[in-house]
Amino acid sequence: MAATVETSGIAPVGRRALRAFLRNPTAIVGSLFLAFVAMLSLMAPWLYPEDPLSMVARPFLWPGQNPAFPLGTDSLGRDVTAGLVWGGRISLAVGLAATCLGVSFGIVVGSTAGYFGGRIDNLLVRLIEIFQTLPSFLLLVVLVAIAQPTIETVTFAIAIVTWPTVARLVRAEFRTLRERDFVTAARALGFGHIRIVMLEILPNALPPIIVTASVLVATAILMESALSFLGLSDPNLVSWGSMIGSSRELLRSAWYLSAIPGIAIVCTVLSINLIGDALNDALNPRSPGIE
Amino acid sequence: MNRRRQMLKVVRRTLLQAVPTVLAILILNFALLKLAPGDAADVMAAESGAATEETMAMLRRQFGLDLPVLHQFLAYVGQIASFSLGFSPRYNLPVADLIGQRLPVTLLLMVSALTIALVIGIALGTAMALNVSRWPDRILSVVSLVFYSVPGFWIGLMLIVMFSVKFGWLPSGGSESIGAGLTGVDAVIDRLRHLILPASSLALFFIAIYARLMRAAILEVTAQDFVRTARAKGISEASVVLRHILRNALLPVTTLAGMHLGGILGGAVVVETVFSWPGLGRLAFESVLRRDFNVLLGVLLLSSLLVIIANMIVDLVQAWLDPRIELR
Repeated sequence: MAATVETSGIAPVGRRALRAFLRNPTAIVGSLFLAFVAMLSLMAPWLYPEDPLSMVARPFLWPGQNPAFPLGTDSLGRDVTAGLVWGGRISLAVGLAATCLGVSFGIVVGSTAGYFGGRIDNLLVRLIEIFQTLPSFLLLVVLVAIAQPTIETVTFAIAIVTWPTVARLVRAEFRTLRERDFVTAARALGFGHIRIVMLEILPNALPPIIVTASVLVATAILMESALSFLGLSDPNLVSWGSMIGSSRELLRSAWYLSAIPGIAIVCTVLSINLIGDALNDALNPRSPGIE
Repeated sequence: MNRRRQMLKVVRRTLLQAVPTVLAILILNFALLKLAPGDAADVMAAESGAATEETMAMLRRQFGLDLPVLHQFLAYVGQIASFSLGFSPRYNLPVADLIGQRLPVTLLLMVSALTIALVIGIALGTAMALNVSRWPDRILSVVSLVFYSVPGFWIGLMLIVMFSVKFGWLPSGGSESIGAGLTGVDAVIDRLRHLILPASSLALFFIAIYARLMRAAILEVTAQDFVRTARAKGISEASVVLRHILRNALLPVTTLAGMHLGGILGGAVVVETVFSWPGLGRLAFESVLRRDFNVLLGVLLLSSLLVIIANMIVDLVQAWLDPRIELR
């Protein structure tokens, strides 16, 4: 993440931030765990080439009962470890893709509103307000239910409910930055709007955007898991939420089936939040983290 | 007198500002209803088992589904203005009645969760801010991040495993013991026992948010001049913290609490499903399963209106508490 800042022409800030980030022990723990999850997810096709939805052993093996299936098997004899590894792919992919989409859209709307101001600003702020009024998870459920749950619709729907946060932030940053001398200088040089927005203002607005984006990845993963827990996800794909959802009825007899994927969610989301927190301390030393 | 006129002005402006938002939300709801697969005629036909082309056309005419979209939208707005949200063939009840039945229990759950979150969050945040950068602050920061990272549905399930299945202390679902015929104090205790687990699951995430907000607010207030003046006057530290810092830090936190109402409503969908809590969230989930979009969008519309009302109240309380605040 810090590398993006460096390439954007404010190298000293980037290097200082990177050093501050690396001095933070919780950030290191978070990064290492996230790297571990990302590696497992990338290697899933080689580690567990078989479909994680296929029956491989006796059902209801408890964790540790059979060394071939260290985390046990579920009610249909599916390997929980394989499910975790494949489910991690979905969680990370949806989290990253939804955040990229949401952040891009948020930047477009927020920078337009903040840079131009006036009537466009008024209109876009209204739009942002409307989306922030709708209870986001409920809107998410409605969107996915109407569009039929597939991995693409879930990703898009999460992006639709997350962009207003980014747009609001980007707008505020642009409003303060556009009054600064370097922007006036760029205008005096006759640069076009797009060049000023993309190359002059945006790089300077990046630090808070990066922090928000990291928190949004965590939020997106939580949203995806809640949706798939409710059964609003692609039925042909295993995800952590769907593993919990499908073993919910067995809570009394086989609670490990709900506990294990949940621990995976908590650890992954926590590691991303730890990274986000450290990024926040490193990039905006003055402001608090989560809104 | 002057103050009262100012408040009236504030009320009027807040109401006026809400009008376009409500209108836009109506348009969005209507558009989503149109996008949903199957219209009312399809639903009726599916309910009755079979329908000819002619019956379908007649049903569509009867429901006004053959009219231009703008007419349909106006009819929809007119319908909502008369507090009708349509009819649910699945439940055989008007949607508004259905929502009315479910709303009180959801509000009970939400208010309980909000109270728990505020009390614990403010306490944690204060503890963090008073020990800033020392180990209690660091540990509590990580704890609050853990709270922030736990999915509400999962902690709900784990609480059920722990307190209902293993220890058998608390009920695992529902909002009261059905058929127990409890009255008076027993009924209240029964309700509370059903409330503890879902309200805690829902509160966890917001405890983290309020703790962090409170920490930031206290740190900001502490840096201000009047706190230094108070200390310089020789007032005891406890009094500085309680009377000067906390009182001023509480304002932004409590007003922000109202803004998270939408988030709590969203969380209620999942938590109510886990605990079979018979509220709005569960109704939304059931209507997804039954593909009953009239009900689903009714819930969305009503909860958006709830959020708008909450935001208006927040604005008013803010203006009342702090006359310096000019409304947005």
